[in-house]
Amino acid sequence: MDQALIYSRLKEIFEDVFDDDSIEVTPQLTAKYVDGWDSVNHIRLILTVEKAFKIEFSTSEIGSLENVGDLVALIQARA
Amino acid sequence: MDLLYSELRWLPQAPEDFSESLKAVAKSTAYLGGELQALASHGLNLNQLTRLARTMDKLRVAGNGLGPLIPFRLAVLSNSAIDMIVPALKASALRHGIALEVVQPSYDQVAQEALTPDSKVNSSMPDAVLLALDYRAIPLKLSPGDREVASATVQGAIGYLQALRNGINAHSNAVCIFQNFAPPVEPLFGSLDRALPGTRRHLLDAINRELAAMVLDSGNVLLDVAGLAEIVGLAEWHNTRLWNMAKFSFSNQIIPLYAEHVARTVAALRGKSRKVLILDLDNTAWGGVIGDDGLDGIKVAQGDARGEAHLAVQRLALDLRQRGVVLAVASKNADDVAREPFEKHPEMLLKLDHIAVFQANWNDKATNIQAIAAELNLGLDAMVFVDDNPAERGLVRKLLPQVAVPELPEEPAWYTRYLAAAGYFEAVAFSSEDLQRAGFYQANARRASLQKQVGGVDAYLASLDMTITFQPFDATGRARIVQLINKSNQYNLTTRRYTDPEVAAAEADPHVFTLQVRLADTFGDNGMISVVICRPADPGVWEIDTWLMSCRVLGRNVQNMVLREILEHARNARIHMLKGVYHPTEKNKLVVDHYARLGFQKVLEEEPGLTRWELAVAGPAPDSAPMKVVSQGFASGPGGPAS
Repeated sequence: MDQALIYSRLKEIFEDVFDDDSIEVTPQLTAKYVDGWDSVNHIRLILTVEKAFKIEFSTSEIGSLENVGDLVALIQARA
Repeated sequence: MDLLYSELRWLPQAPEDFSESLKAVAKSTAYLGGELQALASHGLNLNQLTRLARTMDKLRVAGNGLGPLIPFRLAVLSNSAIDMIVPALKASALRHGIALEVVQPSYDQVAQEALTPDSKVNSSMPDAVLLALDYRAIPLKLSPGDREVASATVQGAIGYLQALRNGINAHSNAVCIFQNFAPPVEPLFGSLDRALPGTRRHLLDAINRELAAMVLDSGNVLLDVAGLAEIVGLAEWHNTRLWNMAKFSFSNQIIPLYAEHVARTVAALRGKSRKVLILDLDNTAWGGVIGDDGLDGIKVAQGDARGEAHLAVQRLALDLRQRGVVLAVASKNADDVAREPFEKHPEMLLKLDHIAVFQANWNDKATNIQAIAAELNLGLDAMVFVDDNPAERGLVRKLLPQVAVPELPEEPAWYTRYLAAAGYFEAVAFSSEDLQRAGFYQANARRASLQKQVGGVDAYLASLDMTITFQPFDATGRARIVQLINKSNQYNLTTRRYTDPEVAAAEADPHVFTLQVRLADTFGDNGMISVVICRPADPGVWEIDTWLMSCRVLGRNVQNMVLREILEHARNARIHMLKGVYHPTEKNKLVVDHYARLGFQKVLEEEPGLTRWELAVAGPAPDSAPMKVVSQGFASGPGGPAS
């Protein structure tokens, strides 16, 4: 899947999960920079991404994500 | 997983503009509780529930009153991580008119919180404590085949739960909502796990049974999580990956359903369960339309696939009545026609003396439901209305938002499942008074007098985006035209029956004006719903030989639009007068005033009840209805036949 498409869908997902349409979804984005991106909402984000792209990540993959760029790479590999 | 449960399909789907609506509510100032409740009353997913809860919390913090929502403080004790569930609980409670506050202690502090007098939970004075424990929370010693040890294990578990209850009751006076236990998916033996004492399955079965007995009549309440897990499937319920990752008790896909069940339980504790089931008749209580199909034509027989689906609805209604739910009827039919199956059809399960109020007339259903509520002296929020027709469901939801109107699938075989899944009649206790309630309403199928009309029907109709399509008779439409001509009894002015060749002849005759009329709306295409045949009489005069309409589209002023179309073509054909006749039959009293209401002059009244009417084509056309008009297939535009 095209990266641009992934980023545009992620923007919608971030708005949905964090109730915030002002988040800029960039490769360097991490939880530190988003209000409410705690461990619980991180799970909700991952589950929403999995459902939206119809993929499943392994537990270790989820644990190894450092930023949105890593997430996008993982989506691209699977979707 | 069955979408009925995971997406709460008995509720209307979330509107496209849910995000925008949520933002609008966040800025609103008046009557917030009602708006939040309206937003919640859709099949929302976890993210939508979470956002709705967030909006509610922000409004609460800002000091907005959430009236008329009822406040309720719920403490939740769990051995699992519940952070993702809490917002879902709050949003789901909104659906039931409850403004929920959740007291959430630190993770996995169940015993500490229950037993310590000044714990966070106990000192918050909750209205109820939800013991959201799963099977991992209770000490289970496996002892396959050892009945004595197994028995001790069960007693130990029950003792633990009792100690929690005693602690909570003593220190906070809160009601305990006990969850029972959904067993894990992995048996040790296979079938033997169920039968052999001391297996995990056998232990949990025994614990669940004893827990249910302990809770009943104790003033505490059971949340049958085991039953819910059975309904969706244990393998869908449990998600080992999520437990490992985040200590969630069950799958994230279950959260909206689980939260809805907790909300129902809280609402039942506050007496907000519904009390009355109002049934539509045609295609709900039986298959088919009684006015058109007659006693012999409606589908309600054992051995008939469609009939059995509707019989199941009747059986569910009867079972509900037996446990205290009051039954009523709201049907668009002549009263005597609607009563006939109850009185005469041998396969009907429902009889007239099961029905407390029987509203069968041509008025809109919102007005009738309001009359039923007034007659029973119960609030609209006690009513549930079941109707196969999405336009009727939409009307009642729009005009009487406090009435619960479940969505129904296309296939009637699933009606009972949807109605039961909706859980409108959830109860936390049951007494002999409940048994007697239906009888208290003296079920004599009485008619409630209609007081004032419910406003807003016209606006609702305008919102349906209707398109009416007029065409002359053609080969494509012939089968349906013939069917309507031979089947329609009620909205039929002359009840003239024609065969296929006779209809083909009218189609081919250049002096005969014919109309097949279709109606589509936002819910879909209603197909062909009206047929007209005008024949030449004296020069410059058309006699309306046939005018019939499907009762499904009554109340939308379709006949006004039909007359406008006839007049347009009449003008083009240089016709100056329309003549109509009403031939009375046993079944078409409905249209005795049809021509009068359309502005025709009565010129003759023959015995017995036959009336003749006239309308000058040059006169004013009747008011139009809010629908888009498509007129196609007429020779050289709306020129119509030569006269």
